[in-house]
Amino acid sequence: MDFQIALLLAQDGITNGAIYALLALALVLVFAVTRVIFIPQGEFVAYGALTLVMIQAGTVPATLWLLLGAGVLAAAVDARGALASGQKGRLAGVLAWNVGYPVVLAALLYLLPLATLALPLQVLLALLVVVPMGPLMYRLIYQPVAAAPVLILLIISVAVHVGMVGLGLLFFGAEGSRTPPFSEARFELGPMMVNGQTIWVIAASIVLIVALYQFFGRSIYGKALRATAMNRNGARLMGISPALAGRLTFLLAALIGALSGVLIAPITTIYYDTGFLIGLKGFVAAIVGGLASYPIAAAGAVLVGLLEAFSSFWASAYKEVIVFTLIIPVLLWRSFTSHHVEEEE
Amino acid sequence: MKPVLSVRSVLGLFLALLLVAPLVMPPFYVTLLNYIGLYALVALGLVLLTGVGGLTSFGQAAFVGLGAYTTAVLTTATDLPAWLAWAGGSPWLALGVGLVFTATVAFVLGSLTLRLSGHYLPLGTIAWGISLYFLFGTLETLGGHTGLTGIPPIAIFGFELTDGSQIFYLIWAFLLLAVFTTQNLLDSREGRAIRALKGGMVMAEAMGVDTARSRMVIFVIAALHACASGWLYAHLQRFVNPTPFGLHIGIEYLFMAVVGGAGQVWGALLGAGVITIAKQWLQDLLPRIFGQSGNFEVIFFGLMMIVILQRAREGLWPLFARLVPVKATKRTLDAAAAPLPRKPLPARGDVILEAKEVTRKFGGLVANNAMSLTVKAGEILALIGPNGAGKSTMFNQISGVDTPTSGEVLFLGRPVAGRGSRAIARMGMSRTFQHVKLLPTMSVLENVAIGAHMRGDKGVFPAAWRMDRAEEARLLNEAARQIERVGLAEHMFDAAGSLALGQQRILEIARALAADPCLLLLDEPAAGLRFKEKQALAELLRKLRGEGMGILLVEHDMDFVMGLVDRVVVMEFGQKIAEGLPEEVQQNPAVLEAYLGGVE
Amino acid sequence: MNGMSVEMNVIGQTIDEAGKSAPNPPRTVLEVRDLCVAYGKVEALSNANLRVGEGQIVTVIGPNGAGKTTMLSAIMGLLESRGQVIFDGEAEYVPRVERMVARGMNLVPEKRELFAEMSVEDNLLLGAFQRYRSGKRDHGETMKEVYHLFPRLEERKAQLAGTLSGGERQMLAVGRALMAKPKLLMLDEPSLGLAPLIVREIFRIIGELRRRGVSILLVEQNARAALQVADYAYVLETGEISMEGPAKQLADDPRVIEAYLGLGGKHQAMLST
Repeated sequence: MDFQIALLLAQDGITNGAIYALLALALVLVFAVTRVIFIPQGEFVAYGALTLVMIQAGTVPATLWLLLGAGVLAAAVDARGALASGQKGRLAGVLAWNVGYPVVLAALLYLLPLATLALPLQVLLALLVVVPMGPLMYRLIYQPVAAAPVLILLIISVAVHVGMVGLGLLFFGAEGSRTPPFSEARFELGPMMVNGQTIWVIAASIVLIVALYQFFGRSIYGKALRATAMNRNGARLMGISPALAGRLTFLLAALIGALSGVLIAPITTIYYDTGFLIGLKGFVAAIVGGLASYPIAAAGAVLVGLLEAFSSFWASAYKEVIVFTLIIPVLLWRSFTSHHVEEEE
Repeated sequence: MKPVLSVRSVLGLFLALLLVAPLVMPPFYVTLLNYIGLYALVALGLVLLTGVGGLTSFGQAAFVGLGAYTTAVLTTATDLPAWLAWAGGSPWLALGVGLVFTATVAFVLGSLTLRLSGHYLPLGTIAWGISLYFLFGTLETLGGHTGLTGIPPIAIFGFELTDGSQIFYLIWAFLLLAVFTTQNLLDSREGRAIRALKGGMVMAEAMGVDTARSRMVIFVIAALHACASGWLYAHLQRFVNPTPFGLHIGIEYLFMAVVGGAGQVWGALLGAGVITIAKQWLQDLLPRIFGQSGNFEVIFFGLMMIVILQRAREGLWPLFARLVPVKATKRTLDAAAAPLPRKPLPARGDVILEAKEVTRKFGGLVANNAMSLTVKAGEILALIGPNGAGKSTMFNQISGVDTPTSGEVLFLGRPVAGRGSRAIARMGMSRTFQHVKLLPTMSVLENVAIGAHMRGDKGVFPAAWRMDRAEEARLLNEAARQIERVGLAEHMFDAAGSLALGQQRILEIARALAADPCLLLLDEPAAGLRFKEKQALAELLRKLRGEGMGILLVEHDMDFVMGLVDRVVVMEFGQKIAEGLPEEVQQNPAVLEAYLGGVE
Repeated sequence: MNGMSVEMNVIGQTIDEAGKSAPNPPRTVLEVRDLCVAYGKVEALSNANLRVGEGQIVTVIGPNGAGKTTMLSAIMGLLESRGQVIFDGEAEYVPRVERMVARGMNLVPEKRELFAEMSVEDNLLLGAFQRYRSGKRDHGETMKEVYHLFPRLEERKAQLAGTLSGGERQMLAVGRALMAKPKLLMLDEPSLGLAPLIVREIFRIIGELRRRGVSILLVEQNARAALQVADYAYVLETGEISMEGPAKQLADDPRVIEAYLGLGGKHQAMLST
């Protein structure tokens, strides 16, 4: 391999690594706040990308129906809760958010000329459909079992993943799709060509990471999430309910997932089940960070991306094997650096 | 009331049905039953791992693949390397090789992940489940994605099992044997150690259980079950390709275990049946509803899992079992079993425990500062002090749960600091816990028998094949003796969780006594007891003291302490502020101040 | 009456000494009726009844393991309980933490439960989370007031909470609770594990808070200090309230010492020395 190819592979690796880094951050966040190991993170990637594909094709995205269904279900559950505790005043809000929002969105999707909208608007619509599924998912699936052991939450996560993949097949079909790149530009950077989409991915990842950093460092809601992750009891005593923290966290995770999907859709062909492998690579990175450290997870993500890029050159058939076997030395290293402390559940 | 059937008759009926099934059923249903048997074998391993041991794996399909590919390669390859040539051609030899190979792989993967806290193992299994799957698909010796064909049928005494209705009997024999040995294992010394994993490592280790070993044991057993299933599968299908060993199938196996009831041996069979039949039916139905082809049944399975884990975490087995009213088999004790040998107690008055200048720092916080105390054989020492004085930390330093930053702990004259609670327990120190740690669904008898773990030595294999009964009878007798001694005889066969908290504390004392200790550490034994129960407890402790036992207790109930103990050590801010006879300590101004607050 | 309590002055309002000793009993802020908590089959708290009047300090004392923390947790809604909690004139049959916080009840727990990897200032800010959420953005003002009360916290406002000393942590825990401008502040063992000098400081602040009109329910093992500062006291033993009365009276009652040290009346030292 010559220097030229190495640069090309590095560019590839860093691009993918940037996406894995975003996903790894979301995974660490979700685990820290809710103790949920968020296996379906990858499905949001696929849902985000493929919803955009449908919008660009001028069809109303099928994911809208899932949003509507989940919204109606959540409204029913919340309305029952509100009536049982005698808080009739909450009913209007419950209905407006859970049912009103998807209905308004559906109207928009039917009325707008989807295929001819500007790209940013198409992306915005895709996010508006997919991202609210995050908090709805938390409300319907995880909130009722929020106190369950990590193991049960993990098995539920796997079940959610399996169900979402099946729904993905139903919504998007078995065909893979790509979206046109955000920019056709190519830049010459010293000896190598950098294409526009790469710049987009890396820049957007950095912007998103900085925005998240600001959110967690500056805003009271971001601090409330960090507080919940650090000390759940302490946070409850401040009136930060675990349910609120959970929904907010899932909102962020869904946003990160869907946005990642939108960003990579022009570089990789996305199938209904592609998200899982992408998400798992985020996981390998998150485990490098011990499911706790954001910077180490991000660094791990870039490592995973590079490893993947270079192994696809040297041993393309073993690409996945190499990436997922990376977890073994990582676990070994973890097992020597962490002294086992018993979990009291 | 419904008629109640005996276990024997239900089982007999079930076996008879199995026996005639292939003779009367159409081939399609026999095939279905074959698959249910194969899947149930894998799910059974997961019941042991997940439901009983509290660990989990999504990668079992990969172990199935190891079993299947091992036999496929060995029975079809024409040019095996010389060192492996002896194993070629025979399915039975290939089974042996496959089991050894799988056990080795499981052992290596287990040593990497089992030491880490709970969720790393399943994440690890996802990763290597994918890795192994891709390996099956890419290694050329394994035939890539097309796989290997021409696998010969299994032959028993020259009779070839070529047909589905013939291998049927072999599959179900394997499954029933696995159920039988798993049930035996769970009802044994080794099995109690495995079940104790869910009650927390600290308790199990304090009773002398090597928890790391127990975890490894069930992980390897689960892998072996999967491997055997793969071997049968390869010879049923007569060809293998990577598809059935992918992660999604591994996930399906876990679903089977959870749906059936992860804590129940028979739940594995129920779960495998429900999922296999539902899958068959849905694969037919759903594509017609949705008007396109695809594996839509997973939507349904995903939903079903979520609902089951939200609403009925015990799975379907308990609901199913209610339909068939089976009489519970009552356990009987063999009164004739010889009592277990006892360690000689040290002579009364000998110092058995000596802590010297024990200091424990957590970061900047000094939880114990140069704490010294001694306990003699045949005396009761109370360690008291206000909340947060560092008594529990001191307890942990002595019992080996934690290691002091500096200082020395001598037990029976030997330094024990840093040796770990299991080793210390083995020397004759036994303890109870401030927050009761027992297995609520296990009977009082079984809980106490965990205490006697170190007094037996029969392992997994004798337990699975019931060659441990003589020892088991002695262990249970010992447990029963201690239960009678502490006055819980009438609750011997009740679930430990149904006892009042005070009784649970007494149960912990019986469990500690079953270990045949010479020093008892009791952490707040009187908390939650009624007056009469406290009196009975005090009486018991006096009797033990009379027999020459040394007792160290942490207790808040001063009435209880002052009337009972020989000496008192008082702690505040991690330090000893007073030591002496109960009446001296009660008059000590420093103690009064520690308890009632400073005087302005 | 409503609204004048906490909203006026930044933390509570000043009550003059005459008002305190007025013949009319103060309005009830908290009333607990027949509160029971069970862990499995065992009652950790049985039929507890108590009352806290506005601007009062009421203390619950008793030996370790008597159920004091259990009682506070049940009132706050952290634990399931049976019975009735009437707070600020409105009954809660099933108290829920977030709702109790929103209604003006705050607990400083025994373990402090600080956010160790956050700065002192962020810890304080989060104390006002519930108010912020309901649109009351006056945390800047309140924080100044808290800093005024605990100058040590202002000196260390950029420091991580996990690096504070024991006394400072307790101050931060109290300060954080005050950020919510509570009508009722519940303190669980505020003197626990603190050196005597710091304990004195903490109790000085408790007295200061009462002067500012905050009603306080104080759970303490340190009976002497608690009885000195409180108006009324309850003694909790093995899950039941065994004695109650004006704090001054209980301070002279030998049965209190007995409850703590199991002296069986042998020792006659008075608590009020």
